[in-house]
Amino acid sequence: MIARAAVALGAVAAVSAPLWVANPYHLHVLIMAGIFTILALSLNLLLGYTGQLSLGHAAFFGIGAYTSALLALRLSWSFWLALPAAALASGLAGWAIGRLALKLRGAYFVLVTISFAGVISLVSINWMDLTNGPLGLPGVPPPTLGPWTLRTKTAYWYLVLAGAALTYLVCHRLVTSRIGRALVALRDNEPLAESVGIDGTRYLVLAAVISAAMAGVAGSLYAHYTRFVSPEVFLFSYTVTMVIMVIAGGQGTLAGPVVGALLFTALPEALREAVAWQWQMLAYGVVLVLFVFFLPRGLVPALNDVRRRAAPSRPPLQ
Amino acid sequence: MLVVEDLQVEFGGVLALAGVSFSVEPGTITSLIGPNGAGKTTAFNAITGYLRPTRGRVAWQGEPIAGRRPCEIARRGVVRTFQRTSVFPTLSVFDNVRTGLHLRGTAGVWSILGRMPRVSAEERRLAAAADEILTFVGLAHRRDERAGELPYGEQRLVELAVALAARPRLLLLDEPAAGMTGAEKDRLVALIRKIRGDDVTVLVVEHDMRLVMGISQTVIVLNHGRVIAEGAPAEMRAHPEVIRAYLGSSDAPA
Repeated sequence: MIARAAVALGAVAAVSAPLWVANPYHLHVLIMAGIFTILALSLNLLLGYTGQLSLGHAAFFGIGAYTSALLALRLSWSFWLALPAAALASGLAGWAIGRLALKLRGAYFVLVTISFAGVISLVSINWMDLTNGPLGLPGVPPPTLGPWTLRTKTAYWYLVLAGAALTYLVCHRLVTSRIGRALVALRDNEPLAESVGIDGTRYLVLAAVISAAMAGVAGSLYAHYTRFVSPEVFLFSYTVTMVIMVIAGGQGTLAGPVVGALLFTALPEALREAVAWQWQMLAYGVVLVLFVFFLPRGLVPALNDVRRRAAPSRPPLQ
Repeated sequence: MLVVEDLQVEFGGVLALAGVSFSVEPGTITSLIGPNGAGKTTAFNAITGYLRPTRGRVAWQGEPIAGRRPCEIARRGVVRTFQRTSVFPTLSVFDNVRTGLHLRGTAGVWSILGRMPRVSAEERRLAAAADEILTFVGLAHRRDERAGELPYGEQRLVELAVALAARPRLLLLDEPAAGMTGAEKDRLVALIRKIRGDDVTVLVVEHDMRLVMGISQTVIVLNHGRVIAEGAPAEMRAHPEVIRAYLGSSDAPA
């Protein structure tokens, strides 16, 4: 009941956002929050549902951004073709990394993803002919929709919102299916999962592909929004931000990454306005530490616990 | 029929299994017993793909399975439980069983993302099958509880339910009664008898001799990684080698 009301309220707030967000900068923050929602949902599919931590997730984001930008700039592809191509390119990268690293899993997967992001970042800096190196690719065209060009922040907000909603839907359908159950089973108890016929490597690779493809979608949306792609998209700090969003929001839940993405896009901005610049990062750190101490499983599971305690007659699981 | 031939498993120079051969007749309950460290669980691990044998053959229904991956072996109907309680702790009892039903589902990524009608139909079918299994093992009242939070004996039943969900044709139970109370053991025995059928063969590793002698048609005795005796429960109880192997061991066949 409460959860449903919260979702409905959130949806109304999101759809009506351009009406009450007067400051264009705030709308920009909201668009970035939408893009990060997709990224957090994407990372959560791996980290939250399979238990595998990708610390190179920015690589899939960046591959999507570069693919989309290059196709639009060099081959004049429409955004609507460049976006799925970006998802495909990132998904392929996810497949390769998954095949390489998910036979060993755990720490090996973490290391391979970090190295992959490092290598891809170097490629983007040094392959001048293709990527224009550190100068980046300016002038990525905004998407067009029939006769309209989605140039305004309002239009782009709706595009990002649709992308985030679609990503959420994909995650929802996946995790409530037999594939989702297989992923959680591999996270919870891999030997037992294998004993009932669940092919660990196959499902983990599948999760990596889908997760990477989603990050690619986010990258494409980012490229056509900022109209500029540079090797910065591969920054490790992007990955760290995604991890923080997923863990603080609640890994292994669907609402968690959304809440985390909104919170941790808004927080630095709020701090920027409230606190002197010397203290911003410190305050951000304090908030993070508080989260780890008091809500180790994340905000959404904590709220669920409160709800459950308030209504003890309801079944304990969703 | 399960045929194990000259199965050998070596851990760093130590032979956990030193060439074990036995076969399990279809439709029977067969027990694998022996003192601690005899190699019973190692044999289970080698048969179900959790260990790669250093030598030897394992054939199920005439097809070699040694060296295959556990999920491939499970797909052929050979399903095991584990010595230490092994459930999906964060999932509800119901979802534990639904996970066990994995192979009975066929929905792929695209039909799931497109929410095809047959996916929903399959989900309903799987949910009904899960409830049926829960009723069968007597856990229907625990359906929505988190498996990791159940009492020990009931977690063992969850394990059994998960294995049954995978539709075993050969079910390998590794100390299924460990940690159970007397009443729970009686229920377990009744369940194992019901599970065994023309189509389901059961192979049990168990320390509780009363239970072993009560349910098995054949008992295979391992010691130091070798089969030292094999036969009907009554013969094994009187077998001098068996008595010698168990001498001084707390779980002597009484």
